[in-house]
Amino acid sequence: MAVSSGQAGLRNIEARVGLGATQRRDLWWVQPLAVFVGLAAFGIYATLRAFQGNFYQWGPYLSPFYSPLIDPEHHWWPLSPAVLVLGGPLGFRTTCYYYRKAYYRAFFLDPAACAVGEARHKYSGETKFPLILQNIHRYFFYLSFVFLVSLWRDAVRGFMWNGHFGAGVGSFVLLIDAALLTTYTFSCHSCRHMVGGNLDCFSCAKFGGTRLSLWKRVTSLNEHHMLIAWTSLFFVAFTDVYVMLVAMGKIQDLRLF
Amino acid sequence: MAEVVMAVHRGDASGGKPVEYTVPLAPGMVVLDALHYIQGHLSPDLAVRWNCKAGRCGSCSAEVNGKPRLTCKTRMDSLPSDKPITVLPLKAFPVIKDLVTDVKWNYEVNRKIPAFSPRPGTDWKMYQEDVERPQEFRKCIECFLCQDVCHVLRDHGKHAEYAGPRFFVRVAGLEMHPLDGLSRIKGMRNQMGIGLCNITKCCTEVCPEEIHITDNAIIALKERVVDQFYDPLVWIARKITGSDGR
Ligand code: SF4
Ligand code: SF4
Ligand code: FES
Ligand code: FES
Repeated sequence: MAVSSGQAGLRNIEARVGLGATQRRDLWWVQPLAVFVGLAAFGIYATLRAFQGNFYQWGPYLSPFYSPLIDPEHHWWPLSPAVLVLGGPLGFRTTCYYYRKAYYRAFFLDPAACAVGEARHKYSGETKFPLILQNIHRYFFYLSFVFLVSLWRDAVRGFMWNGHFGAGVGSFVLLIDAALLTTYTFSCHSCRHMVGGNLDCFSCAKFGGTRLSLWKRVTSLNEHHMLIAWTSLFFVAFTDVYVMLVAMGKIQDLRLF
Repeated sequence: MAEVVMAVHRGDASGGKPVEYTVPLAPGMVVLDALHYIQGHLSPDLAVRWNCKAGRCGSCSAEVNGKPRLTCKTRMDSLPSDKPITVLPLKAFPVIKDLVTDVKWNYEVNRKIPAFSPRPGTDWKMYQEDVERPQEFRKCIECFLCQDVCHVLRDHGKHAEYAGPRFFVRVAGLEMHPLDGLSRIKGMRNQMGIGLCNITKCCTEVCPEEIHITDNAIIALKERVVDQFYDPLVWIARKITGSDGR
């Protein structure tokens, strides 16, 4: 049985220090790269569309980026109406526990993947400005209900054609979009905490039984928070693309009934 | 018989290097078996910490091909055999010898956590619905793989101001205990440094007991820290109702 002294170098314990240093042999960089591409693509698209201020409405459809629609005639707001309402959903997603994980890994490489080295830098986690502001996530959660009400109103309006009930493909796109964003909101960690997670004893608390069953329901959604986050993100963009293409006349909305 | 090359760290606090050993493969073999083969046939002075060989004691932690693992639960046939399989000691703790690291820092942190203290006049009756959450945290076998992988310790060396995921799990179990009367939330923020965790979930990825460390322990604690320190509405509501919200 051969016993040989291995080449130090790469397999040395010291070789675990520094950006990207790892002994991992799997494709650990694929996930952060995919997240980087996905989030960057969405970010660029959403920014361009939000500032465009055009092709966001057609028939009874309104793009979710522009909901609620404020001052579309530019009486007092000179820029695109989307810019006025962007902060809500943007803040909700940026402070979301899942997206934090995603961009800390993919954009800040802090760490890029598990047991993969980091560049030397001063690290203070979420204890200092600006990242300490992540703690206000629940306020964006409250705010998100304003947007949900608006999105559901748009979804219902998507079925109203000049005062008559009807539906095109777009009506269902808007409906699914509102449903997915609602699911995203209710799968939030702060929501899970507030409906029951903050209790130590369900059987001793007021309304403990109700809160336990609410907590269980939110928990079952919360377990899929990452999936719901991506699905709803993708679908918001898809809904906007759909409304834009129809508004530009590039595609025709199929009227179903 | 098929053989595989193992590159195992040899050395002590003053330094070391990987040494290659050729080991015959047997069906069902785990990495710890291969290390035992080396000890038994090739290098009797190889230092390996182990105890149960059943994934229960949490002693055999090491980094196999760069991933923090229990060596007794890592099957050889799950690893590619075309290149030497590297086995290195945990990175977050100082090496004593070969694969054995000094994990006493963990026990020091543990001692700082106020133990279970029943509420005054406790009725010693508990319901399953109330103990389900702490029960998950009781599964911990103190393998310290989560501590090893956590970049706050591993890369940033914040041992002096941070307790690490294993102890967030312990504190979460105490905080959610239906009969416990203490609050450790202030300590979580001020001494145990939960704000340093950036919820990147590596602890959850490596936990051999599959405890949902980040989602069920850390985020739950972070939300409780928010209740106490960053949420004026909760603060006002508690003043008005006189409740501590628990
Ligand atoms: S989630 Fe937090 S505790 Fe767990 S590994 Fe990441 S930084 Fe460390
Ligand atoms: S929480 Fe999991 S990974 Fe961490 S010490 Fe306990 S069993 Fe090991
Ligand atoms: S945690 Fe993701 S939305 Fe709240
Ligand atoms: S030897 Fe006990 S867990 Fe591996």
